[in-house]
Amino acid sequence: MIELLVYGLVLGSIIALGAIGLTLLYGILRFAHFAHGDLMTLGAYVALFLHSDLLPTLGIPEAKLGALSFGWRLLASLVLAMGVTAVVALALDRLLYARLRERRASPVILAMASLGVAFMLRSLIYIVWGPQFLFYSQELRPAWELPLEVRLRPDQVFILAVVLLLALLLYLFLQRTTLGKAMRATADNPQLAWVCGIDIARVTRWTWLLGAALTAAAGVLYGIDAQLRPDMGWSFLLPLFAAVILGGIGSPVGALLGGMILGIVQQVSTEYLAPTYKPAVAFLLLILLLLLRPRGLFGG
Amino acid sequence: MPLLDVDDVSAGYGEMGVLHHVSLQVREREAVTLLGPNGAGKSTLLKTIFGLLTPSTGRIMFQGREIAGLKPPQLVRRGLSYVPQVENVFPSLTVQENLEMGAFTRQDGVAERLEEVFDLFPALRRKAKQRVGGLSGGERQMVAMGRALMLDPALLLLDEPSAGLAPRLVGLVFETIAAINRAGVALLMVEQNAREALRISQRGYVLASGQVRLEGPGERLLQDEELGRLYLGGRR
Amino acid sequence: MDISGLLSYGVSFAIMGGIYAIFALGLNVQWGYTGLFNIGIAGFFAVGAYTSALLTTPMPEGVYAAYVEQLVGLDLPFPVGLVGAAIASGVLALIVGIPTLRLREDYLAIATIGIAETIRLIFNNERWLANGPRGLMGLPQPLRSWVEPSQYHYLYLVLVGLVLAALYWASERGIRSPWGRVLRAIREDEVAAAMQGKNVFAFKLQALVFGGAIMGIGGALYAHYVRAISPDVFTPLFGTFLIWVMLMLGGSGNNKGALVGAFVVWGIWTGSTFVTDQALPPFWAARAPYLRFLLIGILLEAIILLRPQGLLGEERQVSTLLDE
Repeated sequence: MIELLVYGLVLGSIIALGAIGLTLLYGILRFAHFAHGDLMTLGAYVALFLHSDLLPTLGIPEAKLGALSFGWRLLASLVLAMGVTAVVALALDRLLYARLRERRASPVILAMASLGVAFMLRSLIYIVWGPQFLFYSQELRPAWELPLEVRLRPDQVFILAVVLLLALLLYLFLQRTTLGKAMRATADNPQLAWVCGIDIARVTRWTWLLGAALTAAAGVLYGIDAQLRPDMGWSFLLPLFAAVILGGIGSPVGALLGGMILGIVQQVSTEYLAPTYKPAVAFLLLILLLLLRPRGLFGG
Repeated sequence: MPLLDVDDVSAGYGEMGVLHHVSLQVREREAVTLLGPNGAGKSTLLKTIFGLLTPSTGRIMFQGREIAGLKPPQLVRRGLSYVPQVENVFPSLTVQENLEMGAFTRQDGVAERLEEVFDLFPALRRKAKQRVGGLSGGERQMVAMGRALMLDPALLLLDEPSAGLAPRLVGLVFETIAAINRAGVALLMVEQNAREALRISQRGYVLASGQVRLEGPGERLLQDEELGRLYLGGRR
Repeated sequence: MDISGLLSYGVSFAIMGGIYAIFALGLNVQWGYTGLFNIGIAGFFAVGAYTSALLTTPMPEGVYAAYVEQLVGLDLPFPVGLVGAAIASGVLALIVGIPTLRLREDYLAIATIGIAETIRLIFNNERWLANGPRGLMGLPQPLRSWVEPSQYHYLYLVLVGLVLAALYWASERGIRSPWGRVLRAIREDEVAAAMQGKNVFAFKLQALVFGGAIMGIGGALYAHYVRAISPDVFTPLFGTFLIWVMLMLGGSGNNKGALVGAFVVWGIWTGSTFVTDQALPPFWAARAPYLRFLLIGILLEAIILLRPQGLLGEERQVSTLLDE
């Protein structure tokens, strides 16, 4: 059971990273972004392309980092993939969502447009990479034997560390920088933010950049832990939304905690149910939440 | 030349419109009150001046330049500031952060200005790191006004600053507004609390059904009983 | 291709187009008229198909029992399957609607995604229910004995056409009734409708159930046409997204639009197989289904950006005032 809890934390941290990005979009842009899961997939596959195709062609070798199954090349691919995905998300906003916002399209139309984007992204990935499972590295690194009979792979410790680091960086950004505060202000009251003279366009841009970058990172981390497959992001969509709603829409701290809780609940459920039911467990939790406390734990 | 010159402005939602050929001026350092029954268009006028609505006729001149059609981020840079009646603070941000948001368009001198605004609202200094959502109505109103002052505006638009406040706080709010005016900031203030507002204003306008019905020095409007019954909504 | 081949293709096209038109009608009741954002159509589709299958097939015996497991096999006639499908999908709508309809519309959307996924997972994993990933086969063909085998598809086309016509008529009557006017008022301005004393929640639930039942019937007709169903049929792409594009293209809030959109998009979907299967080199041909989905996705975005009201637009209403 302890082992399940630990694995749950690892899975939960991946969910949390994606959920933080989603909650930013939800809170600041008031947008139920249904393509968020597939942005996660995009990030993972872009990193794969960089790691397995582009960077080796440029002559960059992969030297393993300590006990991890990968090295600097994958790390570089992770960071670059975050950037690429961020730019793609921004472009999608310019081409599609911003135009709909100008027309005062209803939130449902925006959500539907994002649903279309989700399917398009997934189709593209199927087309370019095909349906089979892919991996960043074929290396198997032995797990560390920890007390309480927990076996934890070094990769998984890395994942936890990265998520906590990124969450901390985002926290500092939102709390200490003017732009970060402006983003929080816009989430509170977009009209008043405008009245203050806050540059809403800039806030929107940065929300997309940050939200997409974090999600891409979540995708790469999942690819490191498990595998890459074209529908990996879509299968995270329910847990992502559940985590966001659990933590209270618009609260990054809530999303972090919500993600962790969801990961643990999903992992513990495998004690009683087949592992493929994990998204269904997320859904059940979501329904309970909506019935009992729709505003979430830290809802505002 | 007046600081603010609203000339023959019509505006409003939908076909009917709310404001009809309204003209109004505010001079430098002057405090002007806008009175009238509910639905007269007072809030609409403020919103039109601040670029939240576009006028269908007329001109709005501020510091000698046309501002009709300009949007809040631009107006804020020119020395115009606005405090809405409701939802006029960021509840999940601290007092200090709320004020900082008021100075968003400014790069330097923010810390000094923050101190100056705290001088004006000493109660806020003590609560600088508290979430505004947890403050009382009166304190929130102070934050709202302080936020609007962060850019050193020449003219402050206030929409019913005393609305919803406990009676004992109303006096404090008007004292603060008077202090702001003494510091050199011109005011255009929409109020239901006619007596208190006119007491600290040099002039007043009475708006009804989207048109200016009356204007004049504060004392004269105060003393006219007839006016009191017809236009001031019979409050006090 | 010779005439009979062409004709055969045409009939099959018309049958599938008609079945999808039924789904689009159901969605129109939920979204077009009431503004309910249901992204879980595949769930209603699946429940309808499986319910009818389980009601109308016999329990497997003899040799088959080793290969096929199912919960029930009642071997009842087709009409029972059809009605059962409608009821089961209606009940599903209740299950989804009760927790979510009082909440924000995007919560309904998320919940419907969840229910469709969960249903697919259950049918895929629980072999005892409906044979798991292998699904059920050999589903009976209604009125099979009335015609020659080679003519059967004409009969089925007539069947689909009749059911479609009946559902179209029912939906039109529903929408022009006082009940329907309340639905439209709710879609336009929920707050105003509530202030006029309407129990918004109850009306939304009724619309969800009515639309869900229609979708269930579509699922049953699908099942008995293709005669074999399995969980991987009811995917978000094939079972939900395609239908949304159909309604958006045709014009949401318009029953004729639902029909037109269904046939046009089905035409694009099947028509594109000619291009991808014939004109592409093998590498691309393997990717063909995804190219087609990409095309459908682009089509949806184009509609949203360029002509959000769809081809036929929303029906002009006689009056937006409640009539009571």
